Amino acid sequence: MPLIPMDAKPILTIKDMSIVFSSPDEADIEAVRQVDLTLSPGKTLALVGESGCGKSVTARSVLRLLDRNARIQRGSMLFAPGDEPPTDIAKLKADSLPLRAIRGREISMIFQEPMTSLSPVHTIGDQIDEMLILHERLKPKQARERTVALFDQVGIPGARERADSYPFQLSGGLRQRAMIAMALACAPKVLIADEPTTALDVTTQAQILDLLRQLQADFGMAMLFITHDLGVVAEIADEVAVMYLGDVVEQGSVFDVFAAPSHPYTQALMSSIPKMARKADRVRLSPIKGTVPAPRDRPEGCAFTSRCPHAFEPCATVRPERTALGNGHHARCHLLTRQPAEVVA
Amino acid sequence: MSTLLTVDHLSKHFLLSGGLFGKERRLDALTDINLTVEAGETLAIVGESGCGKTTLGRCIIQAQSSSEGRVVYHPKSGGDVELTALSKREIKPWRQDIRMIFQDPMSSLNPYMRVFDIVAEPLRIHRICKGRELEERVISTLEKVGIPAEAVGRYPHAFSGGQRQRIGIARALVLDPKLVIADEAVSALDVSIQAQVLNLLEDLKTEFGLTYIFISHDLGVVNYIADRVVVMYLGHVVENAPTEMLFERPRHPYTELLLDTLPIADPLRRKVRKTEVRGEIPYLGNRPTGCPFNTRCKYAEDRCRTEKPVLRPIAGMAQEAACHFAEQLNLKGAYDDAPVKEIA
Repeated sequence: MPLIPMDAKPILTIKDMSIVFSSPDEADIEAVRQVDLTLSPGKTLALVGESGCGKSVTARSVLRLLDRNARIQRGSMLFAPGDEPPTDIAKLKADSLPLRAIRGREISMIFQEPMTSLSPVHTIGDQIDEMLILHERLKPKQARERTVALFDQVGIPGARERADSYPFQLSGGLRQRAMIAMALACAPKVLIADEPTTALDVTTQAQILDLLRQLQADFGMAMLFITHDLGVVAEIADEVAVMYLGDVVEQGSVFDVFAAPSHPYTQALMSSIPKMARKADRVRLSPIKGTVPAPRDRPEGCAFTSRCPHAFEPCATVRPERTALGNGHHARCHLLTRQPAEVVA
Repeated sequence: MSTLLTVDHLSKHFLLSGGLFGKERRLDALTDINLTVEAGETLAIVGESGCGKTTLGRCIIQAQSSSEGRVVYHPKSGGDVELTALSKREIKPWRQDIRMIFQDPMSSLNPYMRVFDIVAEPLRIHRICKGRELEERVISTLEKVGIPAEAVGRYPHAFSGGQRQRIGIARALVLDPKLVIADEAVSALDVSIQAQVLNLLEDLKTEFGLTYIFISHDLGVVNYIADRVVVMYLGHVVENAPTEMLFERPRHPYTELLLDTLPIADPLRRKVRKTEVRGEIPYLGNRPTGCPFNTRCKYAEDRCRTEKPVLRPIAGMAQEAACHFAEQLNLKGAYDDAPVKEIA
């Protein structure tokens, strides 16, 4: 069992990365703007935000699974699994051999809807065997043994028989477990989980979250967990990054960010969810005004300007810098760097 | 408070064809449901996928015929209307009083109709008004839900998810209903938009004196909006109680499980679960004998596997549960004030 030193060096460092979508008849859209993220072994980073904030695009870019009209315009993604010099995933070609050696083996991914991401015409056992045969060069018989062991590990009852089931024969929870088994087949160093529990019921969600926590303790992988649910973030994350319209507006340890949300968007998000309180302590929800603008209408400066209750003059035009708040907690907001004299005015 | 609706021994089963030579099989989606809806309350129906909460909602409005039992509506004008005994034609006038809001704002609005016509359609079908009056009524309803008058000529695709849900709400409210059944009405929305719609539903309730049946799987939202909660599992009502009572001390182990697995947005209260979650929801056609929950219940004893508990009041309170041991068990609620675990 790998032991994780407290100050383990990061395994994946995303620096200043922007992703641009182009279309023939419109101006380019910068869907992800200069994002900095760090993944460390044995730790979970949650990427949270509402629909269209760029959290899935960011996650997919790590495996270079972006659509053809998207490209990484700037920045780097340094993957450093061992003592060798790090590989910059952003520089590799999406279909190159070095990347294919990483994808699925060193870095793997679980998706939101296992029904659409597993092949409907192959048994789940065959699908995982194939991975082991390709990446680990196992013989079919050995591969099946490993598959059955994996199914046991992720809690699929009757693993040997279930390996011969097709995805449609399994419940949502079991399908997600099969998906997780597949992602873990080659003992990856990094696991990307894109809304893995969103389509599940709460009791099943709790089982899957417990399972992921357990597997992380066993395998020591770093996890990038994409979700829109702040409750799930609070349950599973060590670090959290809050995204809004392509910007990471705030990031830090989950305790710091929940205890002292410093970006108005994070604050607003927190006050939009009902608190588990008795009727007497109930406060009316204070939703964020308006709706998320379309990416092409994004303000030049801070993306949240149009909905921010505290916006003042530089917000619309000047993009706020990443301001350090101590202990690795960062936020991009002009309020944090505003001079005291301006506050009085 | 007066009772607005009574659901009395309602059951619904579906018959599944067994193929060419197979036997026809019966799937019990709802089994002996009894509940009342009081005028002016928000009654939440909660449970996981396949528990029958949506089927119950649809049977109440008779969008789906029920197999046994009765749904009785008690209009303000007096008298009892047995919705389950009415023909399609006879039930039509009562559909003005009971309206529905659907989950998916993408698929519940006709993409080929303008917003104005979507909201006007119920008024036309029920021949309530036309011309000038219809126009005014549609526009004022849309404005109440926050859709500006200049947008009424557009098609649904031009609106965001939250706005589309507002249009769905306007379509339900334009007939001035008494009872609104909201089936997962905020589940598909992003949290910030969800908060807007929840506030809107609350304001409309006060303004129009509405009664809600709020079908949801999200207990956080239910605690916020509901006065009373009905918990369903495999087609049965397992608990029915005023919200605060249920969240303070649930009386059915399934309710406890739901509350225990609910993620709370506070890392300091990260759950140390009482036990691991057992098993999965059984297939509806393969329901265990005895208590439907016994296969996953950590408190289950032999009696639970043979004898089916009935829904009954607990200790003379307004709380009902279908569990043999409802009095003895000291189940954990959701209002934990102290942090569960210190930061490691």
